[in-house]
Amino acid sequence: MKTALPFLETDTPARRVRVWFDGAPLDLPEGMNLAAALLAAGVRVFRHTPVSGAPRGPFCMMGACFDCLVEIEGVTRQACMLEVTEELRIGLPQAGEGGHDEG
Amino acid sequence: MTKADLIVLGAGPAGLAAAATAAGCGLDVILIDEQQRPGGQIYRDVDRVLPLRGEVLGPDYATGARLTGGIRQDTIRYVPGACVWQIEPGFSVTYSGNGGGVVTGDRLLLATGALERAMPLPGWTLPGVMTAGAGQILLKQSGLVAQRAVLVGTGPLLFLVAAQMVRAGTPPLALVETQTRADLARAARHVGGAMRGWRYLAKGLDMHRTLARAGVPRHVGATQVEIAGPGAAEAVTFHCNGRRHRIDCDTVFLHHGVIPNTQAARSLDIGHRWDVRQHAFAPVLDGWGESDMPGVFIAGDGAGIGGATLAELAGRLAALRIAESLGKVSPAERDRQAAPLRRALEREAAVRPFLDTAYPPFAEALQPADDTVVCRCEEVTAGDIRGFARLGCTGPNQAKAFGRVGMGPCQGRICGPVVTELLAKANGQSPDATGYVRIRPPLKPVTLGELAQLAEPDPEAKK
Ligand code: FES
Repeated sequence: MKTALPFLETDTPARRVRVWFDGAPLDLPEGMNLAAALLAAGVRVFRHTPVSGAPRGPFCMMGACFDCLVEIEGVTRQACMLEVTEELRIGLPQAGEGGHDEG
Repeated sequence: MTKADLIVLGAGPAGLAAAATAAGCGLDVILIDEQQRPGGQIYRDVDRVLPLRGEVLGPDYATGARLTGGIRQDTIRYVPGACVWQIEPGFSVTYSGNGGGVVTGDRLLLATGALERAMPLPGWTLPGVMTAGAGQILLKQSGLVAQRAVLVGTGPLLFLVAAQMVRAGTPPLALVETQTRADLARAARHVGGAMRGWRYLAKGLDMHRTLARAGVPRHVGATQVEIAGPGAAEAVTFHCNGRRHRIDCDTVFLHHGVIPNTQAARSLDIGHRWDVRQHAFAPVLDGWGESDMPGVFIAGDGAGIGGATLAELAGRLAALRIAESLGKVSPAERDRQAAPLRRALEREAAVRPFLDTAYPPFAEALQPADDTVVCRCEEVTAGDIRGFARLGCTGPNQAKAFGRVGMGPCQGRICGPVVTELLAKANGQSPDATGYVRIRPPLKPVTLGELAQLAEPDPEAKK
């Protein structure tokens, strides 16, 4: 139900494509900012901190805070700097979020 | 073209205006930006968004389309989606994303804009808590409005976001305002100057009327603000008018001002000074925006907070001086074109003392309570940092060794200024004496894959 979600979409973009978030399928508007699309789909927790395991979600939406980190094809990336593309497989970042390739 | 007369970093109002002006003077320009489409944060995605949401975002937003139009010139190479992670004197700029690469230029203009001032409150790290700027970006770029949001803090951006939410048909549940009526009274003595910026005051009144008409409750002079969890934001609680309030919600937008984003300039060791009035570090610049590293210019909010119109003017001024320094225009021509820009700039700047006094940063978030997390990445608390000071830590760089503060992926972008303030207060030193986190490349995390790609521009060649 739309109204139960924290965010309301004010316009309906054309096409929805299938992506996977932590193994679960989601249909998100193609080309939409990835962090925004996940928020609109009701995802609140994007990751857990490596220090205390506290839950985190997008905070700044402009690439500064790194709280929106997700893992895509083994690389830790900022969801707020990406766009939705078909068949995107989004995982929760594993330990050592700053580690990237060497993680 | 990987070599240009001028490299501009940032496609917000300052960068767009500077690139267009410089190209107009006959310069080759490379304009590099992190976002996929030009506009910066203020005109985020304006070309794509304007037809969809122009009404909600208002006429000021539409201005951005004029600026993005100005960079469609053959002599401007626009590189979007590029994450700059190294800048070297001389000047060369290395970026990843959009193919990645290195570009060089005779002059460098940093138009990296502002960051929101961190607002560490109990619960500010919970999912559902975002900056007001983030709220605005969600609306501008993606057409999302929060259905049950409380806005907390102070300043023009907070009111603008509130007014835009009203226009979008989803008013915030409440505004929890940290400035007091006394702040406003103190600001009154700057009204004379502000009258020259009357357009802003009129806009401010208009926003307040919009909120009043929509019946948005406003709590002025709130203290002891906390966000309740535990798994995500569930409510805002605060003290106001002698009693404790609780407003249930699922989104909280925080804001108490913006500060210059100095990461790129800091990485070049450009001199910065603490600006008491704006309560933030700003680079030391001359009247054209040139820094103490010859050939590096800074324009827009990254040079000191002044807003979009001022940023555009400063971008044009810097471009004129750059063109003149490269022999493309005469000093006389430069000055002739600069004169009206300087007059407009003065008018724009007139409103700042009023705004800075009326909406000061929230004191509790400048010196948060001991158990409040300050460094979001490494989860270091204000109490930890005060503890470091007791052990003899005098500055943010040393604090890294004491407790990894500022060493997470955000590299101090969010917590850096708070750490400076905490250490300055604890050690009884000025922010200038305390200093700031040293910024070293990579400016943003870069993957080994991307590094390898740079070393080997054609990965197929070796296979
Ligand atoms: S939300 Fe801050 S970096 Fe993505």
